[in-house]
Amino acid sequence: MLHLAAPILEVENLQVRFSTPEGVVEAVNGVSFAVGEGETLGVVGESGSGKSQIFMTVMGLLAANGTATGSVRYRGRELIGMPKRELNTIRGGKMGMIFQDPMTSLNPYLTVRRQLTEVLVQHKGMSEREATDAAIGMLDRARIPEPEKRIHQYPHEFSGGMRQRVMIAMAMLCKPDLLIADEPTTALDVTIQAQIIELMKELKEISRTAIVLITHDLGVVAGLSDRVMVMYAGRIMEAGSVRDIFYDPQHPYSRGLLNSMPRLDEARAEALETIAGQPPNLQRLPPGCPFRPRCPYAFERCELELPLLRDIGEPGRAKACHLERLP
Amino acid sequence: MTIATLPDRPFSVPPEEAIRGRSLWADAWRRLLRNRAAVVSAIVLALIALACFGASWISPYPIDDIDWENISTGPSALHWFGTDENGRDLFTRILYGGQVSLMVGIVATLVSLMIGVAWGAVAGYFGGRIDSVMMRTVDILYSLPYMFFVILLVVFFGRNILLIFVALGAVQWLDMARIVRGQTLSLKRKEFIEAAHASGVSTVNVIRRHIIPNTLGPVVVYITLTVPSVILTESFISFLGLGVQEPQTSWGVLIAEGARVMETAPWSLIYPAIFLGVTLFCFNFIGDGLRDALDPKDR
Repeated sequence: MLHLAAPILEVENLQVRFSTPEGVVEAVNGVSFAVGEGETLGVVGESGSGKSQIFMTVMGLLAANGTATGSVRYRGRELIGMPKRELNTIRGGKMGMIFQDPMTSLNPYLTVRRQLTEVLVQHKGMSEREATDAAIGMLDRARIPEPEKRIHQYPHEFSGGMRQRVMIAMAMLCKPDLLIADEPTTALDVTIQAQIIELMKELKEISRTAIVLITHDLGVVAGLSDRVMVMYAGRIMEAGSVRDIFYDPQHPYSRGLLNSMPRLDEARAEALETIAGQPPNLQRLPPGCPFRPRCPYAFERCELELPLLRDIGEPGRAKACHLERLP
Repeated sequence: MTIATLPDRPFSVPPEEAIRGRSLWADAWRRLLRNRAAVVSAIVLALIALACFGASWISPYPIDDIDWENISTGPSALHWFGTDENGRDLFTRILYGGQVSLMVGIVATLVSLMIGVAWGAVAGYFGGRIDSVMMRTVDILYSLPYMFFVILLVVFFGRNILLIFVALGAVQWLDMARIVRGQTLSLKRKEFIEAAHASGVSTVNVIRRHIIPNTLGPVVVYITLTVPSVILTESFISFLGLGVQEPQTSWGVLIAEGARVMETAPWSLIYPAIFLGVTLFCFNFIGDGLRDALDPKDR
């Protein structure tokens, strides 16, 4: 894997297990990666590929029946098992998070001002008044019109796109070095998606915040990320720069994902390709490669042996596949 | 920050005003004042409460003054609401009785509100073993008949009006805890709670600022049901001889006595019933108004 000079976030051999009445669900299986200063990492995968759970672990938001093992370090400080009080000094202040559904991620009973200032008062020790001024400034940067008026409104007085802007403003208020965006555009309609991506791009350029973009929308990744990590069944399938992954995918799954994306620049008569089959049941992972049942290139070895993530070509370019090169 | 550009904007609010903002309570208060039924109810309730607690100045008779000339007589200029079978002025007794009924209703409800909301929110929020222990405690207390509490308390501490408050509060908070716990369970996996955690808000503040305000709707409705039920329960306890004792009285006791003689002296049932009924109506309207006022979406 790519080892950057000063990684903000280092994840090593992270495993996340959920105990459910039906048995243990292995949501994340030995994932290692790092996020460097000012870098944008796209994390792509289908629903249930474990991509969100990695970052729920990072933020200490794992559900009560989940356990994480391995190591997650923020600037060298181990986050797994960190006492909540200590964790609260990092999350919100140094690491921010944006959630998928802006309709439910704001407290309906508090004005936007109260929710925004709460963070500043807590992490920066500002007075309510300073915090309000700072919050208005941040809303303005998030392109919310009339921020000094809107800040006193309740979440339900904002549209979906506006609420996502508020969420972004809230996450960026304390100028975090790491922003985790968990499907920030999934619940929004397409025109608003583009605006939100544009906004994140702007903020990224101004603040040099490192961003982790969790999504199943490859278009979003292409527009914003420097590096991409493709996840399947709780493992990294392929990692590399956006260019490499998009122009030369080396894992059958990444290629499948790309082919199943509608494109406007190629006239296409035939129906959109899909990846046959279903994601595997994480309670009963087959031996060997988890993608094997759906892989058009699978051969004998795939059934017997789990392919490990290995470097291919340039630094930071890796894949978990037995094939030397895709045909 | 772009703060410096603000004054150019036509909409800019003077900073003084911006800082004051609108808190949940200030907002709720404003919306409550706009609800006519709630305001009228609050005024009526305040008048009743004033009359009851100022009974010694308003009423022309002491609570146990017997008028030998007018025993069990109907309303007259001398006795506005008539007299009971002992010749005591009913108006006076209703006012004094109201003191007990209102106090029991309000104090017991407040006790149940404070214990119940805190208990339910903590149990629901932490879940797991803490939740099991706390809610099983509730179940055990629930399965004990409250009469048992009352009798126990009376045996240990003697007869005292305070005991009724304690006993009723101790019973009523159980329901409140269950309601709040249920609400909390459904709230705690909401994204805004996760967002609050992700912003580093401490557990105490998550419960206080994000969970409890969101449970207030059902809680306020439940309070409006608790007050009447507490007032009625008090009358039952008193009827059994464990609550207020002669010559002290309460609305519940007056109604029970009135019901006994309603064929010969209907006024002794009607007047206390009107007072109780109007009070309960007021509580219901206020509760309704509060629920609407506390829900920001209802503006």
